[in-house]
Amino acid sequence: MSIETIQNEIVDEFSMFDDWMERYEYMIELGKSLPLIDSKYKTDDNIIKGCQSKVWLHADFDKDKVIFTADSDAIITKGIVAILIRVFTNQTPQTILEANTNFIDAIGLKEHLSPTRANGLVSMIKQIKMYAIAYQTQQQS
Amino acid sequence: MKNNHQNTAFNVQEIRKDFPILNRKINGKPLVYFDNAATSQTPQQVIDVIVNYYSNYNANIHRGVHQLSQEATDKYEEARQIIQQHFNAKHAHEIIFTSGTTHSINLVAYGFGDLLQKNDVILVSALEHHSNIVPWQMLCEKTGALLKVIPMTQEGELNMDEFDILLQLNPKLVFVNHISNALGTINPIKEIIGKAHKVGAAVLIDGAQACPHIKSDVQALDVDFYVTSAHKMCGPTGVGMLYAKEEWLKKLPPYQGGGEMISEVTFDKTTYADLPHKFEAGTPNICGGIAFGATINYMNSIGFEHIAAYEHELLQYANEKLQTIDGLKIYGTSNNKTSVISFNIDGVHAYDLGTIIDKLGIAIRTGQHCAQPIMDFYGISGTARASFAFYNTKEEIDLLVTALKKAQMMLS
Repeated sequence: MSIETIQNEIVDEFSMFDDWMERYEYMIELGKSLPLIDSKYKTDDNIIKGCQSKVWLHADFDKDKVIFTADSDAIITKGIVAILIRVFTNQTPQTILEANTNFIDAIGLKEHLSPTRANGLVSMIKQIKMYAIAYQTQQQS
Repeated sequence: MKNNHQNTAFNVQEIRKDFPILNRKINGKPLVYFDNAATSQTPQQVIDVIVNYYSNYNANIHRGVHQLSQEATDKYEEARQIIQQHFNAKHAHEIIFTSGTTHSINLVAYGFGDLLQKNDVILVSALEHHSNIVPWQMLCEKTGALLKVIPMTQEGELNMDEFDILLQLNPKLVFVNHISNALGTINPIKEIIGKAHKVGAAVLIDGAQACPHIKSDVQALDVDFYVTSAHKMCGPTGVGMLYAKEEWLKKLPPYQGGGEMISEVTFDKTTYADLPHKFEAGTPNICGGIAFGATINYMNSIGFEHIAAYEHELLQYANEKLQTIDGLKIYGTSNNKTSVISFNIDGVHAYDLGTIIDKLGIAIRTGQHCAQPIMDFYGISGTARASFAFYNTKEEIDLLVTALKKAQMMLS
């Protein structure tokens, strides 16, 4: 499935909710269902520090696609991590690099991606793109 | 402009009318503002002073021969005197206007760069805000002085027995906050200052968290340096003060060079201006300084004894009500503390808690509160912190408790 299709799917899911509470409850559910990062990758090297919550991110390269696994110590952050992983995992480096995250605005969660929020999410997206660049460089060499 | 309260009987509903921001709605709910330890709200009486300054007498101070400059200078220097009287400094020129507590601390730390030698010991408390740790670490790097830490107890108090032992190292300087921003503990600064002086150490007290709750008398404390920010006590951001004994201000070198702080400048030599101008280079925050004076007048019109008594009532009420939440743990349980409650709920991350209750209109702070060493001491990544001011109410605390229970249900 293309990144755009997945993003539209998520926007559709969130459009069913009437208020912020339902949206957050759904996000918390998503957070709980996030396929956990293998504990051996939950290292200081893979940690993305925000001063409020932490995110761990690990990437594997499978054929021409990048596979991401992640975790966070805060459940709301983890919910957004789950959404981002769903969008970016199992995609080619090129499509990851071309993708934007505007859909987060459409599902009413923009505040969590603010650079001042200090929850590690903005750095996480940057890190996802860094992995994509790294694998792309590897592919081309 | 409305009259001040003139120290009449304390009536929180009347006081709330002074604060226009308390009428705001957040996410459709009335704002409950419990982040007062980060910054406090500003009453109309102080807002009016700010508006009046820019509407009627905005001008650069001290050198102007024209009417506006003279008016602005008079008001600015009048504010310095209000601050002097409030803190009972011996001289007005012992009050240096700064951009805030952090600036004040850096000014002193910079000055001690010339006065310290390799292996001189300086003591800092385990309860400090990063702003009272980092400048001293930088000073130690520069001078080779050694930074030692006065440890804390489980209750969040300073370990005074350990302090006595550390004094045997003959420290040159001691830095302690009057009240811990993360836990609300009121430190025994009078005792600390007395003991430090006996071994010849100078003492700097960070009063940022104390000034909204307590009226400090720098002469009675016999403190060498006392620093604070206006915005913690209902004034504007970007202005604060350094109080220092005259003898120290004469001894310390200027922090920044520029206009205002000089007496004579030639390319061969510059002579510095007298106190306080030696430490006030450049155009200051004139309006901020004047508003700082106004906020002190406002707080005194309510009366610090009323403020302290009412906030203590709020603290006790909140302590009692918060205990009704399963798995809630309070950090900082000293009997001697101000209206700050740092807490966590079992199995719930503070960030999640803060995010959910914000949706319910309640503003608290979450995270490390710029005091990572305290969080490390408790072995936690952060806390949620509710800090109350004299314009908060018990009804608002009830709303907090209800919101926390709701968040707990959603999150666990």
